[in-house]
Amino acid sequence: MKSATIQLETLTCPSCMQKIEGALKSLDGVDHDTVKVSFNSSKAKLDFDETKVSIEEIEDSIKRLGYEVIKSRVK
Amino acid sequence: MKKVFVNVMLGGGDMQRYILKNKNSIALLSGVLIAVGFLSKWTMDSMLIFTWSLIIASILGVAPIAIQAYQALRVKVVSIDVLVTVAVAGAFLIRNYEESAIVTFLFLFGAYLEQRTLNKTRSAIKELTEMAPESALKQMEDGEFVEVDVEDVDVGDILLVKTGAKVPVDGTVVSGEGSVNEASITGESIPVAKEKGSKVFAGTILDNGTIQIVAERVGEDTTFGRIIELVEEAQDSKSEAERFIDRFSKYYTPAVLILSIVVWLFSRDVELAITILVLGCPGALVIGVPVSHVAGIGNGARNGVLLKGSEVISDFSKLDTIVFDRTGTLTVGNPSVAEKEYYGDNIDEALVYLASIEHESDHPLAKAVLEEIGETAFLPVENTEVIKGEGIVASVDGHRVAVGNVALMERENVELKDKAKADIDLFEERGNSLVLTAVDGELKILMGVRDQIRPRVKEDLLKLKKLGVKNLIMLSGDNQGTVDAVSRELSLTEAHGNMLPQDKSAYIKRLIEEEGQIVAFVGDGVNDSPSLALANIGIAMGGGTDVAIETSDVVLMNSDFSRLSHALGLTKATARNMKQNIFIAVGVVLVLLASLLFSEWMNMSIGMLVHEGSILAVILNGMRLLRYKLR
Repeated sequence: MKSATIQLETLTCPSCMQKIEGALKSLDGVDHDTVKVSFNSSKAKLDFDETKVSIEEIEDSIKRLGYEVIKSRVK
Repeated sequence: MKKVFVNVMLGGGDMQRYILKNKNSIALLSGVLIAVGFLSKWTMDSMLIFTWSLIIASILGVAPIAIQAYQALRVKVVSIDVLVTVAVAGAFLIRNYEESAIVTFLFLFGAYLEQRTLNKTRSAIKELTEMAPESALKQMEDGEFVEVDVEDVDVGDILLVKTGAKVPVDGTVVSGEGSVNEASITGESIPVAKEKGSKVFAGTILDNGTIQIVAERVGEDTTFGRIIELVEEAQDSKSEAERFIDRFSKYYTPAVLILSIVVWLFSRDVELAITILVLGCPGALVIGVPVSHVAGIGNGARNGVLLKGSEVISDFSKLDTIVFDRTGTLTVGNPSVAEKEYYGDNIDEALVYLASIEHESDHPLAKAVLEEIGETAFLPVENTEVIKGEGIVASVDGHRVAVGNVALMERENVELKDKAKADIDLFEERGNSLVLTAVDGELKILMGVRDQIRPRVKEDLLKLKKLGVKNLIMLSGDNQGTVDAVSRELSLTEAHGNMLPQDKSAYIKRLIEEEGQIVAFVGDGVNDSPSLALANIGIAMGGGTDVAIETSDVVLMNSDFSRLSHALGLTKATARNMKQNIFIAVGVVLVLLASLLFSEWMNMSIGMLVHEGSILAVILNGMRLLRYKLR
């Protein structure tokens, strides 16, 4: 299990959070309970299983929604 | 055009992304098209150009909204985008291109303005995170220093910090010296001198000099990293009210959708149904509270007040009682001679004897006495005898000199005259510790040593009272005399001395449970964590220590007392601001609904205009908090 912090472009609508959260939770290998998207700091935090899903795939799922990923950090 | 749109809806991923990225240009373009349409209608009377430019503007404008709606529906969320898309489609269906174009334009333009203004409300916190160091000069195996990303610094690395650079991590100076501006950690902008062995903190700036440090805590573990994390978590923490609004809006938007369908089914009036969709958009209500919240927390962060979340803001703003955990919070914490009396002749010699004896002592009062006497030559001190709990007897320059308290004077058979006795009583009553000096059995000097009240504390306490704090209570481990002296000088409501940590927490528990007060506890966070946790609001003062940051609800970044009144004033202003925003949001919805029911002029475009206007109103109102200053 690794944990990722993803800095997104500035989020402006609270419903953006729900969308991103939904997209992240739909990925196999992402721990659902740890997914947290914060509105004001425009960050997504989650734990994931690196054998099932890569950070690139996670980033892609966000980009596909039309949100830019500024940088992400995996620990 | 329609084909592209369908293509987009069916998931041309790159196309979707391209459209969303250029949302702002699309808004501009559709605005221009609308203007062209109306101009040609008024000047050339050309209905053809009018209609077609509005049709194109509608299709262009609805594309990004529809994409967002589609994405929301895919993750089972009925978002505002869904409402607007359906409304625009409805308007299209009844061939009201004028409304479909204007509504999409207003929605996109509003979103653009929202983003701009929201960035402003978040700017204070952004400033803070941007102070985080990004690179470091790290010593490699060959001894050279190479610039690396701060994330590549590990504990134990040796780093070089040059003049003007940020200290990249928390660590200890191993060589060199310089002065560091620690404003980012303590809020204090006076540079602090650092030399070998001094601790330095990430995010502080080396004003002059060059130092080498060994990294001890890196990244998010540094004090600065924790502060940033704390503030970021705080701004996104949700209060009970916000969670309610979230739950509410989750069901609210689908309910609006259903309502408009029901209205359409019964009235067969598409115009009315789609107007309901637009009026029902919950924008200002959803965004109003978080905006006040983030601006308030941002103002605090900028002024050295860390507020941990919105629950804290709401409790803090209703404060009844502040409890101070020790005299040191209100006093300088550095005892000094407050009063003195001389008796008889040869005082100058007596002062030299006193200084000579105190010079060799490490008693806390000795320092205060020496500071009072100032520069002087010291004489040799012989036959020193320390009497525990009483003082010192020694011979200086052939005289027998006794320095200590009243008990020592009695042991030495020093006669205390009426004047001296009266002085002693008076000094004690004022909370002084006494230092008496007798030369050859005769009392020469009486000094009263006590802790001084910090400058401006009195005015700050008055401000707190003005802000509605009813009780100011001191619970201290010091003796009752000292506590009473401080209490009297500052006119505290109550002051209790000789309190152990468990006594303090019991006292706070009683205030909260039996008297139903909302209590803040101001402490240093180390030995008083039970009280900090127990109080409604735990305030750690002169923060920066880990325990203080963990256990408290509010961290005051330095020990400047005025931060406390700023914090209280700020939370009150923030709580007020949130209420205003809720009022604006709910009020606007009510007015819109009423005018829909009882007036003729309401339509979709006006509805959207008012809706976007109310969102901007709550954001602008929230922004006022960034400039809040306690007067």
